[in-house]
Amino acid sequence: MSADQLVFWVFAPISIGSAIAMLLQRNAVHAALFLIVNFFTISVFYLVLGASFLFAVQIIVYAGAIMVLFLFVIMLLGVDREESLLERLRGQRVLGIALGVGIALELIVAIRAGVGFATHAPANFDEVANRGGNAAAISAVLFRRYFFPFEVTSILLIVAAIAVVVLASRQRPSLARATEERATDAEAA
Amino acid sequence: MTTPISYFLVVSAMLFSIGTIGVLVRKNALIIFMSVELQLNAVNLALVAFSRMHNELDGQVLAFFSMVVAAAEVVVGLAIIVTVYRRRRSASVDDLTVLRG
Repeated sequence: MSADQLVFWVFAPISIGSAIAMLLQRNAVHAALFLIVNFFTISVFYLVLGASFLFAVQIIVYAGAIMVLFLFVIMLLGVDREESLLERLRGQRVLGIALGVGIALELIVAIRAGVGFATHAPANFDEVANRGGNAAAISAVLFRRYFFPFEVTSILLIVAAIAVVVLASRQRPSLARATEERATDAEAA
Repeated sequence: MTTPISYFLVVSAMLFSIGTIGVLVRKNALIIFMSVELQLNAVNLALVAFSRMHNELDGQVLAFFSMVVAAAEVVVGLAIIVTVYRRRRSASVDDLTVLRG
């Protein structure tokens, strides 16, 4: 068994297991911690697949920034709330799990038909695609062929920042009172 | 590399399905949101695996873009959850049926 196979068979069960554990957690903080474990295993897969730049970005952006944001909001909203087990839609849980298993089987059949289970990646990835190191090669692609999408991304980030400022800013007191009155009116009616 | 590329794709498919089940079954808006993140990561893994298979870096660039979009999406989504929580005092999606038109 070669090194990359060993890494795969060690980390694939951790990856799937942490995802399932995230799903089963009642506590949102524990779910977030399992999701961080899952993100780390995915970053290890990136490393095995020769994407060392994305390996670093995955840890910094996902496991670092995004999950800290998640934990921050969980703490803000309070963690001691229990999820109600009452089903509003009858059979939602069973049907949801059945559909999820169905999509997994369908995807695996599609992988078998489209890629084949025994297809091996070309051995010369580091010499052809990753020439000069992964970060240098990826920047050559990003700043030449994908330069315009890269610039559009910056607009997207600015729009997101403005949206958050608008959403998070508290309403003016007079406006808030008016909406509250409307809410109480609606409840009374 | 001796691991067949399909192994990574199967892991990616399973993670995506687990994320789907999370979105369909869980009630807590934050956990639904984490499941969406899991799905995004599963797709990123598939993109990187395809990039390795085709000996091109385009898949990795696409995964990079999807990370940027995911970061923006998380920020906006969490702001919406906080706004809803401020009004309804609850992060359960069952309470959001009042949003119907």
